[in-house]
Formats: sequence, structure tokens, C-alpha cells
Amino acid sequence: MSEQSATTIEGLQGASADFAADKQSFSVPWGKAMMWIFLLSDTFIFSCFLTGYMHVRYTTLEKWPNPSEVFALTVFGKSVPLLLIAIMTMVLITSSGTMAMAVNFGYRRDRAKTAALMFATAALGLTFVGMQAFEWTNLIVNEGVRPWGNPMGAPQFGSVFFMITGFHGLHVSCGVIYLSVVAKRVLTGFYDRKGTYETVEVAGLYWHFVDLVWVFIFAFFYLW
Amino acid sequence: MAHASANQPAHSTEHAAAAVAGHGEGVQHPLRIYLWIWLLLFVFSTASYFTDFLDKGIFRWALIVTLMLLKAGFIVAIFMHMAWERLALKLAILVPPLALLVLIGLMAIEGDYTFVTRLAAFVQ
Repeated sequence: MSEQSATTIEGLQGASADFAADKQSFSVPWGKAMMWIFLLSDTFIFSCFLTGYMHVRYTTLEKWPNPSEVFALTVFGKSVPLLLIAIMTMVLITSSGTMAMAVNFGYRRDRAKTAALMFATAALGLTFVGMQAFEWTNLIVNEGVRPWGNPMGAPQFGSVFFMITGFHGLHVSCGVIYLSVVAKRVLTGFYDRKGTYETVEVAGLYWHFVDLVWVFIFAFFYLW
Repeated sequence: MAHASANQPAHSTEHAAAAVAGHGEGVQHPLRIYLWIWLLLFVFSTASYFTDFLDKGIFRWALIVTLMLLKAGFIVAIFMHMAWERLALKLAILVPPLALLVLIGLMAIEGDYTFVTRLAAFVQ
């Protein structure tokens, strides 16, 4: 299994040479290529969800609940719009940063730092899921939002919200498990014996993608 | 190059690191670049949070979408290392999502049509 590309030509000519290669087109470890292709398919899933949401929101005759009011948080007796969502966004970005550094330390073969940063990433992910659980509870119990209706306006609001954020939360939860498993293997020296830390980078790709999806959800669902 | 050392256990971290350095990924870019992108993402996120306080309109939308695309671009290019991949992988991953623009465009037109039809049917 060679990681070197058949050609060192850059640019479009290089791309056509890669695609016309005898054995492999992508000069990366197979795990990385497969993760990218999985993420591509996931991009289509989330895009279909968001497009469906756009369509539903366009077509409803009832008023769409204002997210900046629905997701407001009361702090010291003052209502701050979208506060919890902003904190969740920051938590996820922080976790992306720690993950990027974990990948970097992985390639430096710094076992302790890589594992510590990955566990930190997983912990931040867990924090995110926890805050999401709080948000869901608040919406279901206090605001009376259901997948089939809510007291604030268009009934589609609930179904779209639970589907999109639920699917994203599921991705985060899976990511936490995935990262924990890889981090434990880093700690036990599994990748030193294997001779490569590329698995850390592949796990990192997944995690950054989860952050990436949140960027779009934040813009289209919460800020619209 | 990296795989030359893959079959035998790494004797020392320095040795392994040197072997990986030849391979390129990760080691070549210092930690600094990630910290900068991280900071940038914080700034963009804060900015996009504060768009919520602006009046709803075309300017606010332009701001939201610009910040969103900037954030997404930096995450994919730097954090996910896409900027350092060969063009073949870039094309294979980044071109197919463009088909989604067609879906979004079609659904936007369709959505308007459905809305108008519903208005005509249900609202007298």
C-alpha cells in the first residue's frame, strides 16, 4: 500500500493523472479517503434536511416561531436571545480547536498530549450534548413544543427542530464514543506499534465535520 | 517514506517524528496556524451571534451567509487539511455538493409556488 501518488505533477494535469492511475486515485491512507467519502454522503443527508426545512418554512401559511425568542435564556432577570445556542457554538468550536491540536501532536508522536487533547475534545462534545438535552427539555416541558405542533406558530417548527438537531446531536454522541476509543488507543501506544497516527487524523475529520454541520444549522435554523 | 518505518516499531520518538516529517502531514505546519484559525472562528461566531440583534433584512442575511461560508471554509481548508490535499481529492469531495445548489434552487421555486397555491386555496 503506497501513500505516494503515481505522479508528482500538480494542478489539473496532476488530478487527471491521479484519476487515471492504475491502482489508486487518492494518494492518502485509505481510511482517510473513505472518511472523506462518508462525510460527503453525510453532507448530502444534512443538506437534504436543511433544504426540506427551507421548503417547509417557505410553504407554511402560519407564522414561523421566532427562534431568537424561543431560544432566549433569562439571565439575572433579563432575557438574552440565543444565549444557550451561542455558548453551545463556542463549546463546539473550542472542541474543534483541541481536536486540531490533537492531530498535530499525534503527528509529533506525543502520546500524552494527543490523548489528553482528544479526551478534552470528547468532554467538550459531552458538554454540548448535555446542553442540547437541557435545551430539548426546556422546549418540550416549558414551551410545549412537539413534533406535531407548538403554541407559538407553525407546527412544522417542532418536527424540523427535533429532526435536524437530533440528528446532529446523534453525530456528536457517536463522535464522543469514537474519539474516546481512539484516545484510549493512543494512550496505550496502539498507534506507536502500528507505526502511524493517521487514525487520529481520520477521527479528527469526523469531529470537524460535526462542527461544520453546526455552522450551517446555527446560520439557517437559529439565525433565520 | 512514512511507511518505511511503519513495519518496524519506532525505536525513539525522534526517529519516528523524523520519518513522519518526510511524509509531510501535520508536522510541517506549526501549532500557531491552528491557534490563529481557532481565534478567527471565535471572532466569526461572535459576530454571527450579534447579527441576531440587527434588523431582519438583506444586509443581515448577507452577513450571516458570509460569516457562515468563512467559518466553513476555514474549518475545511485548515482544520480538515483540505488545503494541503492533492487536487484529485479536492475535486472528488468539493464538486459533488454543488449539485445541492440545484436542489436548493428548485425547492425555493417550488416552495414559493406551493405557498401561493395554498394562499389561493385556503385564504379567501
